[in-house]
Amino acid sequence: MSEILIKNGFVFDPLNNINGEKIDIAVKDGKIVEKVSSKAKVIDASDMIVMPGGVDIHSHIAGSKVNAGRVLRPEDHVKDFEVKTKITRSGVGYSVPSTFTTGYRYAKMGYTTVFEPATPPLKTRHTHEELRDIPIIDKGCFPLLGNNWFIMEYLKEEKLEECAAYISWLLNAVKGYAIKIVNPGGTEAWGWGREIAYLDEEIPYFNVTPKEIVRWLCKINNILNLPHPIHVHTNNLGKPGNYVTTIETMDAVKDLSKDGEVSIHVTHVQFNGFAGTSWLNLASGASEIADYINKNTHVEIDVGQITFADTTTMTADGPFQYILYLLSREKWVNADVEAETGAGIVPFRYKKSNYVNAIQWGIGLELALLIKDPWKIHMTTDHPNGGPFTHYPKVIAWLMSGKAREKTINKINKNAKRRLDLPGIDREYTLYEIAIITRAATAKSLGLKNKGHLGVGADADIAIYDLNYKKLESSKDYKLIKKAFKRAAYTIKNGEIVAKNGEIVDSSKGKIYWVNSKVADDIQKAMLSNLKTKFEDYYTIKMENYVINESYLRNSCMLNVQSEV
Amino acid sequence: MEKTIYNAVCTICGCCCDDLEVKVGDGKIVEVKNACAISLSKFQNYNSEERIIKPMIKKNGEFKECSFKEAAEKASMILAEAEYPLIYGLSLTSTEAIGKAVELAEVLGGVIDNTTSVCHGPSLIGVHDIGVVTCTLGEIKNRADLIIYWASNPVFSHPRHLARYTIFSKGKFRKERKERKLIVVDVRKTATAKLADIFIQAIPNQDYELLSALRMAVKGEEIYLDEVAGVPVNKIEELADLMISCEFGVLFFGLGLTMSLGKSRNIDAALSLVRDLNEKTKFLIMPMRGHYNVTGANEVIAWQTGYPFAVDFSQGYPKYNPGETTTIELLTRGECDAALIIGSDPAAHFPVSAVKHLMKIPVITIDPHKNATTLISNVVIPTAITGIEVEGTVYRMDGVPLECKKLVEPPLGLKSDEEILTEILANVKKLKG
Ligand code: SF4
Repeated sequence: MSEILIKNGFVFDPLNNINGEKIDIAVKDGKIVEKVSSKAKVIDASDMIVMPGGVDIHSHIAGSKVNAGRVLRPEDHVKDFEVKTKITRSGVGYSVPSTFTTGYRYAKMGYTTVFEPATPPLKTRHTHEELRDIPIIDKGCFPLLGNNWFIMEYLKEEKLEECAAYISWLLNAVKGYAIKIVNPGGTEAWGWGREIAYLDEEIPYFNVTPKEIVRWLCKINNILNLPHPIHVHTNNLGKPGNYVTTIETMDAVKDLSKDGEVSIHVTHVQFNGFAGTSWLNLASGASEIADYINKNTHVEIDVGQITFADTTTMTADGPFQYILYLLSREKWVNADVEAETGAGIVPFRYKKSNYVNAIQWGIGLELALLIKDPWKIHMTTDHPNGGPFTHYPKVIAWLMSGKAREKTINKINKNAKRRLDLPGIDREYTLYEIAIITRAATAKSLGLKNKGHLGVGADADIAIYDLNYKKLESSKDYKLIKKAFKRAAYTIKNGEIVAKNGEIVDSSKGKIYWVNSKVADDIQKAMLSNLKTKFEDYYTIKMENYVINESYLRNSCMLNVQSEV
Repeated sequence: MEKTIYNAVCTICGCCCDDLEVKVGDGKIVEVKNACAISLSKFQNYNSEERIIKPMIKKNGEFKECSFKEAAEKASMILAEAEYPLIYGLSLTSTEAIGKAVELAEVLGGVIDNTTSVCHGPSLIGVHDIGVVTCTLGEIKNRADLIIYWASNPVFSHPRHLARYTIFSKGKFRKERKERKLIVVDVRKTATAKLADIFIQAIPNQDYELLSALRMAVKGEEIYLDEVAGVPVNKIEELADLMISCEFGVLFFGLGLTMSLGKSRNIDAALSLVRDLNEKTKFLIMPMRGHYNVTGANEVIAWQTGYPFAVDFSQGYPKYNPGETTTIELLTRGECDAALIIGSDPAAHFPVSAVKHLMKIPVITIDPHKNATTLISNVVIPTAITGIEVEGTVYRMDGVPLECKKLVEPPLGLKSDEEILTEILANVKKLKG
């Protein structure tokens, strides 16, 4: 297999404490190695920066709701299409790109791993079909479990071990990677057109509360030793005053942290960081949330930065999407999934001139700038909810340059500008910190030991950006930053150059990660014998047909996890 | 030796029932349990005289049997030489095969379209305009207390729909028939209508008016007419009240709505009605998709190209404009110069103007059975039947994907649609350089 030597680049590898040092990186057989032979292809990375390939922890790229978003919006595709080349398939882009285009666009930006954070288990076969088609990048998906009937019933009956065995079985059955919770209990209530407003409110017919669900799943996450903490989209998303719910949710699992380790990943916190009591006095709750996170070690977040785009919002939070429809009177898709979850989709345009949108933009950046430890932050736009993932370079520029922020601040709604703390914050991210929030921290949080760093033995997923570190004045040079991160000079995936100067040169297939969780045989057996009849009661398909065989995945990459039961 | 295969997926209608018990003996299907009448007859007759066993190429107006390789090469040549070929059909095959067909269309710079074009195309166009409030069928089984079939007669078209998913199904919150109300709206008293608690007979081609009146009634607006679409206004108001006061309602609609006067406008009205109802209660809507994988065809084409059907690759990227890039229009305007038909019989079902053009251009058919289209084809490639002789993924009408099983061996030498398309694709790539 091929050998590559990347010479003279300034390397940013936070997991190995490397901060801009000139180090040569050797690649052989898809891995980072000590050294290579003289036959190795040499990449001259002088005046460039070298980072591990980007790892995106939360981006809606595949599955039934993403595809429903595509079908909903032909107008999204007409303005942004990609022509077929000798190497690449054609496709369409902008806010809900087609599968091939998704892979190429990530690779062009130096990203090599992306996780789809919301797959309804019943339709995960669909998610895997799309993941199979997304080229180049490694992938995985998080099954939605926060409104699952079986789990709520186990909780009611306090059958912890059996529930852990069920979740272990489910992750295996659908080849999922982590426990995802969206609006716990609220999406179930939406099955009746109702909502859940408080963490202690009982869910109709199930008599358990959102707080109990989150704690229950956090405990099970611990028992199963899953590689990633529970991934939580909190209740009350998108509602004024919801920062309180967000902090309450974080606090609900504080005591479940093992040795102060992270016990909860709260996702797209920008959407859950609203202070104020109405849309008229909406304000940023970022400082309160940041304060909580700065004082605690058991929580990390991703941002869900909005980027002032015409985009397509999509979540498993059916009731929230309905509210968004009522606000926007745009077109609306709702798609509830039996015994499990739901989904909603509404097109949305974030405008700088709009007070609420401007505050939202500010919240995202305030969160990233006020939380002191970058290892607790992950950069996302919650693609496509806050904006398309292709806008990441813009977000990086905002984080690295006060001037870039100022330029946008001067264009946003004046009242919003007055009410945000953002204009007074002068922190600027360093490249080292950018490497943390876009690859090192994310890989670590996902428990992917061979990703997000460039140490010997790591996967040779590497991004080289044409950015002269020694000459860079990030505050001033934000345009250069944006340009460099938009088109990686080289993206290396699995030891092969896949993109060069922002063009795809090799379109291979990435791996699919999933967790092979094991519990004791007797517990598993007892659980299965009960599950079968109930399964037939709740579902319209047979249990056997729910299971996705490993052969269904292209390039399956199984992570063995031994549980404590 | 006999064996029984459990939980097999029925690859006939959009219900995709996945509980068939198929007994196989001597390499043949001997018994099928849980199947409806349509399903039974397919399982009994899939290997009838209509089955094609050998590939054929037409020479001087006569079919000559040939090898697969020859047929695939001839097909590839025809397609590669065409400037603007059409690939059509695809609702009776696996998603894996559909994916290959999309790639082939792209490489050829042609058009890919599926049978949605002539059935639920307007439903998808309605979704582009309005969106859709929907769910999986199990939500209905578990929760629905009001079920409406509008211009759809599932007793004939989807025989197990009522038992598995709607009025006769047993769910968590609704266990019996008497806990649910069934309303049928149709132009005649169908077999389904006979089971209904309320049957509303409407004048043909006036669905739009009736749906609009219902929307007004749901919004509490007064209708200053005595009747709409032949239905007395007080009955419309009663119906609106029923819809508002149910806990969980669903409206299923069939081709009687998509293909009657107004087409996508009818669907706009139905989608809007259901959307409006959600301000008062929980209500959902679902098209009654006919073939077992027509939904899958929309899904695959959408994730690969962004659009659900009628995608034109002639510019090197996906372009979509139903009415322009849809099959009937392309054929009627005489624009495509070759056609590849997979699992469909356009010659029997299309308007004469379209069939006339089809008869003028080289046609390749990939199908397990003889039909009107194979007769007018230049190359016929028989295949193994998905869900009986080969496996593959299919999408139920509500988008739930299922993997269908292989039950018996195909007749000697027959390959799957996916394999054949893969071979043609490889040939075409070579020919096109
Ligand atoms: S209802 Fe449809 S899918 Fe079910 S058995 Fe009958 S034909 Fe097959």
